[in-house]
Amino acid sequence: MLVIQNLTKSYRRSGNTVEALAGVSLEVSAGEFAAVQGASGSGKTTLLLAAGGLLAPDGGTVEIDGRNPYALDPDRRAVFRAEKVGFVFQQFHLIPYLSVSDNVLAPALARPSSNAQEKVRELVERFGLANRAEHLPGELSVGERQRAALARALLNEPDLILADEPTGNLDEDNARIVLQSLVDFAQSGRAVLLVTHDANAAGFAQKRWRLGNGRLSET
Amino acid sequence: MTVLRLIGKEIVHRKLNFALGVLSVFIATGCLVAAFTLLRAHDLHTEELLRKKEAESEARLLAMEDDYRKIMKAMGFNILILPEGQNLSDFWAEGYATKTMPEEYVTKLADSRIIVIRHLLPILEQKTDWPEQRRKIVLVGTRGEVPFMHRDPKSPLLVAVPPGSAVLGYELWKALDLDVGDTIALMGKSFTVSKCHGERGSVDDITIWTDLAEAQALLDMAGKINVIQALKCSCSSTDMSVATVREAVTRILPGTHVRQMSNIVIGRQKARDRARIEREQALAAEAAARARLRETREAFAAALVPLVLVTCAVWVGLLAFANVRERRAEIGILRAIGLRSRQIFSIFIAKALFIGMLGACLGYGGGFIVGAAGREVDASTQVSALFSPGLAIVVLLSAPLLSAIASWAPAMMAGRQDPAVVLREE
Repeated sequence: MLVIQNLTKSYRRSGNTVEALAGVSLEVSAGEFAAVQGASGSGKTTLLLAAGGLLAPDGGTVEIDGRNPYALDPDRRAVFRAEKVGFVFQQFHLIPYLSVSDNVLAPALARPSSNAQEKVRELVERFGLANRAEHLPGELSVGERQRAALARALLNEPDLILADEPTGNLDEDNARIVLQSLVDFAQSGRAVLLVTHDANAAGFAQKRWRLGNGRLSET
Repeated sequence: MTVLRLIGKEIVHRKLNFALGVLSVFIATGCLVAAFTLLRAHDLHTEELLRKKEAESEARLLAMEDDYRKIMKAMGFNILILPEGQNLSDFWAEGYATKTMPEEYVTKLADSRIIVIRHLLPILEQKTDWPEQRRKIVLVGTRGEVPFMHRDPKSPLLVAVPPGSAVLGYELWKALDLDVGDTIALMGKSFTVSKCHGERGSVDDITIWTDLAEAQALLDMAGKINVIQALKCSCSSTDMSVATVREAVTRILPGTHVRQMSNIVIGRQKARDRARIEREQALAAEAAARARLRETREAFAAALVPLVLVTCAVWVGLLAFANVRERRAEIGILRAIGLRSRQIFSIFIAKALFIGMLGACLGYGGGFIVGAAGREVDASTQVSALFSPGLAIVVLLSAPLLSAIASWAPAMMAGRQDPAVVLREE
């Protein structure tokens, strides 16, 4: 499902070059839940954004379902992303002026579908947000916000979910709910790549790597 | 979920940004519409003023025409119709026509449909001796005015001298110590003095007026006259010349000479023409003063309106820029979930268009009210006359367009924003 080979990415900061990724390779197959564990600033987010077609690497290749998103022009890559990838972030990134339902429905702007409303209702219910459907993100608890973000990531039925510290702001119970949802998603025949500093969260994954100094090592 | 719904929700969420944008367009379009409405009100008021002034001048001129007509009438006859073959040098040298014409000429004129002259008076006039008094006189025979057959009768300018009576000039009755009621003998015939004229300082002072037939008999010129006096009509055409009269008369009485009698008539005509010119000059001066005022107002509007438009456009652009900055994270996530850059661009442009449309509608209304309220106080121009559909269309179309242009750069910036940078920073 996701094949990353020899990925490199560096940044210029205050005149110095920081190598965030130095030849990272990994593979996540359909039905797998994989995790990359690393300390803060180890390049986890860079790896996730590069894997999702949002950040062009300096070198190496990324393939999602056999296609390299960086071979596509920006507009086609956006459509490809809408079809194939769902993102979950630590900060949720819910749109503050849209209700929970509308936030979950937002991916339909990129990929309209006739049964989007029905899917929204189903997802809102599945994540225990039915009574919060018309509330704004600011009116939700942190756990509810992350569940809403997860529901949004699932609307277009992607093949791959890329989750960046999805439990970083959650209490234990909410973290378990979110991680179990990711496990369920992987078990439905699709793939999950989780990046986290949390060993407990990484423990839910079948495959685990540690990222340090821009390189991966198996744990 | 649609882009419009997203825009609507965002507008409701960030009311201040939206309200400031609308206010900006409102001010810009309001200034523009108010300036144009004021100028339009000025133009309509100018037209109204000039129309009123012209009507007043016209009324004054008509009154003057009437006065002129009355003065002309009071001055008496001003047209002389002289016999064919009359040597004009002799006429001016003698002071009367030396040739004669048949008396029925006057009947011919009266029976014609001539309209350029009125008040026909046939006269036989001749210098002769008054043998009984051994002095030179001018004998004038007149039968009174001959009425026109095709016109309503007018009151005569001159009353006829009844047969058997005579009217005496000043020098005659004074020298001979005569008075009304006295009897005089003239060429062997007796006449009663019916009137004694006051001093005129002209040949009239040595003139005796009698009935025409009696004068013809005394001068042995039965059925003859040597002049027809008439009054040039001043009612049908104010600028009618003596040539016009001459042409009309000679068509009926070929060979006759037509002369205008008095220079005073010409003076009056010139005074009237002068009044007309002055009226036209006064109107032109009023129009020029109004035009200068309009130019001043137009220059003010020409300086103010572009300044306001540019300032408001910059302000709309800055608000759009602030909106883009504020929504960086939102743009990042929308890009992450698959929205293309042109969709992000269109979200901001559509919002700008909406701001422009709403601002233009409110601005048009506000500007129109200000323009209508600001028109000159004595202007009776109807408010509805100030409405310009063309201006409304231009404003309602151009304001959203300008708003979109002002927001173009921030919208482009939003569309090109790298989601990875935002999401990493967040």
